[in-house]
Amino acid sequence: MINEGVDKSKRQFLTSALTVVGAVGTGYLAVPFLSQMQPSVKAMAAGAPVTVDISKMETGQLLRVEWRGKPVWILNRTPEVLETLKSLDSQLRDPKSEESSQPEASKNPGRSIKPEVFVAVGLCTHLGCSPTFRPEIAPHDLGENWKGGFFCPCHGSWFDLAGRVYQGVPAPTNLEIPPYRYINDTQIIVGEAPEEKGA
Amino acid sequence: MKIGRFAQTGNWILARFPLAKVWEEHMTHYYAPKNFNIWYFFGSLALLVLVNQFVTGILLTMNYKPDAKLAFDSVEYIMRDVHWGWLIRYMHSTGASAFFIVVYLHMFRGVMYGSFKKPRELIWIFGMLIFVCLMAEAFMGYLLPWGQMSYWGAQVIISLFSAIPVIGEDLSLWVRGDYVVSDATLNRFFAFHVISVPLVLVMLVFMHIVALHEVGSNNPDGIEIKKYKDENGIPLDGIPFHPYYTVKDIVGVAVFLLFFATVIFYMPEMGGYFLEHANFIPADPMKTPEHIAPVWYFTPFYAILRAIPDKFAGVIGMGGAIVVLFLLPWLDRNPVKSIRYRSGFYKKALLLFVISFFCLGYLGTQPATPTATLFARIFTVIYFGFFLLMPLYTRWEKTKPVPQRVTEEHGFDEQLPALLEEITELKPASSLEIGDPAFRSSFFNRRPNPDGIVKAITRLAKNLKESLD
Amino acid sequence: MKTLLTLLLLTSLSFGTNASEDINLQKARIDINDKTSLLRGAKHFVTYCLGCHSAKYMRYLRIALDTGVNEKVVLKEIAPEGASIYDQLHSAMNKHDAEKWFGTQPPDLSLIARSRGQDWLYSYLKSYYTDTKRPFGVNNLVFPDTAMPNPLWQLQGEQHAEQRKTIWGEHAELVLAEEGSLSEREFDVMVNDLVNFLVYVGEPIKVERESMGKYVLLFFSIFFILAYLLKKEYWKDIH
Repeated sequence: MINEGVDKSKRQFLTSALTVVGAVGTGYLAVPFLSQMQPSVKAMAAGAPVTVDISKMETGQLLRVEWRGKPVWILNRTPEVLETLKSLDSQLRDPKSEESSQPEASKNPGRSIKPEVFVAVGLCTHLGCSPTFRPEIAPHDLGENWKGGFFCPCHGSWFDLAGRVYQGVPAPTNLEIPPYRYINDTQIIVGEAPEEKGA
Repeated sequence: MKIGRFAQTGNWILARFPLAKVWEEHMTHYYAPKNFNIWYFFGSLALLVLVNQFVTGILLTMNYKPDAKLAFDSVEYIMRDVHWGWLIRYMHSTGASAFFIVVYLHMFRGVMYGSFKKPRELIWIFGMLIFVCLMAEAFMGYLLPWGQMSYWGAQVIISLFSAIPVIGEDLSLWVRGDYVVSDATLNRFFAFHVISVPLVLVMLVFMHIVALHEVGSNNPDGIEIKKYKDENGIPLDGIPFHPYYTVKDIVGVAVFLLFFATVIFYMPEMGGYFLEHANFIPADPMKTPEHIAPVWYFTPFYAILRAIPDKFAGVIGMGGAIVVLFLLPWLDRNPVKSIRYRSGFYKKALLLFVISFFCLGYLGTQPATPTATLFARIFTVIYFGFFLLMPLYTRWEKTKPVPQRVTEEHGFDEQLPALLEEITELKPASSLEIGDPAFRSSFFNRRPNPDGIVKAITRLAKNLKESLD
Repeated sequence: MKTLLTLLLLTSLSFGTNASEDINLQKARIDINDKTSLLRGAKHFVTYCLGCHSAKYMRYLRIALDTGVNEKVVLKEIAPEGASIYDQLHSAMNKHDAEKWFGTQPPDLSLIARSRGQDWLYSYLKSYYTDTKRPFGVNNLVFPDTAMPNPLWQLQGEQHAEQRKTIWGEHAELVLAEEGSLSEREFDVMVNDLVNFLVYVGEPIKVERESMGKYVLLFFSIFFILAYLLKKEYWKDIH
């Protein structure tokens, strides 16, 4: 029934050719199936940049806004705070922010475009809880060494008022700084870096 | 003997899992009749469509919201905002209609060649159970987009339950979970559609195939190939399923995909039959659309329902139209399986049945005018007559002699060159002759031959007429 | 056999007269590949329709992407003041006011072209006529006793319905009584652009899917040819 004198090479070629075409087809089919799990246009719309008015901010005040579902802090820092930041380097894991994530414009000691206004993503870089704002010096529960900063209640990580992480705490890197820019002196847009002037 | 890592891993698995045994029993040493024709593609195609519905369905559930306030919006969200959502949606909706086309053709093959007869009655029963589950699955799936047709179609059909005496009203209430089709209904239909019925369907398909492999496939001549075996116990008219039918089924898949893709990319609505126009309007419990018609694949049964003037009797009639299919193995009294060797009377009866099924289908899409209802009643009688009178007319029909071995099959692809030669003639400028080795390339030097065309058509008409004798 | 065939023929003929729309719809010339027409239609929609009707499944971003026009231009020329590019086409009218003024909320128009059809929409927008018995003073041949006023009356002008007697029976014909700011031909183009836009809004992906289709079919054709050759090769074994 099955001949011995079968053209094996032709069969092999056709089988291989068909397999390749089939594999290519499967690949093409996989693309839509896998891409559909990517964030949809609705998610991207919800993740659009947010404009914040900082004209009414008092010194020492913390503003919280939502961007891409995450809390973003805007903190008005006093000159004393900026002075204190310089003295903390030896206690920090990454004082010069080499390991952490921030835009070019925020790669400076204060980690912000303008030193008085600090903008950061309010999520601990350990496992994502939102730290509490503790600007006071040496409170009862945090001890004498606390010079003002952000304290994460979940696993006890410490961050200073430039979002830099202390040594000896679970969090590995400094707080993330989102892309942002100044539209003018009183308005910040979170979600757009300074280079991109409009879409 | 040194064997590579790959083979070693393979052997490790094979020592613990009967892969090789299953492969041999059901593929390489499962002997299927060698005379399968085009009607034998639809089983594997049904399996392909089932897989399609599963995969696209799961992807849809990632973005669909089974809440009456959100469902319609979520479908449009999939169509517009989800990357490639439109493709997945159309694959699922086209797949649903394709499923019924394939399954109806698959069932018809069974009727034509007597594949429901002994010893294959159980395969037929499992198949009919699959059909019933498929209808339930499609019905519930259609509610999910929550359009006007979804809502009102469900409302009408579920209220049929209330026709059942004594328990009807309570039964409807229980199915709906509310006094009308509502969010509660939507949620439970979602649960049934996504997991319960698919699970049952997969189990039934598995049993259907197991039952088939136990007795072996039927064939267009309706003879049992296991009757004549060679010295190794292999049926003389049998060929291993793999590689011959695996490779042939791939061709079937390719042709199917060409049709499938054409619909998806160029006409996904199919003129309002695959995606009904009224379903692009969100469900409105306050406003009933002008025509409520079920989706095309339910229309024959819907026509039967409407044809019978009494509400409860109509429900019985519609259900009966399906029950009678279950009984087919015991209604058809004739031992001859294939239509090729049955009497002219039976062939004409079957043709009548097919015509009435199509006409009922058409009538189901139309409003119930007096004329349409009259015709629906006539065709309903023919439909039931075909089955219920079978014990009478099949017992004494004059069948033709059934061959011992399968007959030669010439597929259309083999007949095509000869046919082309008949209906065309060489252009006068060409000096090639028939038999000339360069003849084949004469394809472009030909033009239609009116005499040849007439001859071919007459022959076709004669064949058609004779086939009914 | 013959009687059966004759019976079949007769039955099929009797279905020729089925219950269909009595109105003869005018044909719209739809071409969703015509990007300038779509942009004009979008502008018309925002100007004349968005006041009452939303098209909430459509975003301004989609219009920009599909027509190849810069997002800023779309926001300036087409979208209403203050819209963001990601916004959906929502109407300013709120539900309560709508029900008070019209008896019902004007339906969302995102999918109107898929449910009513393009020729219906085109004919509808052109078939308004004066009718003093109606609350807004107008009626419509295509949708009798519609609750919707005519948003395009200033452009089209005023039409009157006149009864015409023909051998087929009596029917109403529309005659232009007062001219609007657009000529008849200009008005036709305007309505056509608007309907074109609505067809596009019904399914924005349509252009792309039709263009993708030919590559998919080409691919499957190659697959078919290879599969067929392989099948023929293996089946040489049989007989």
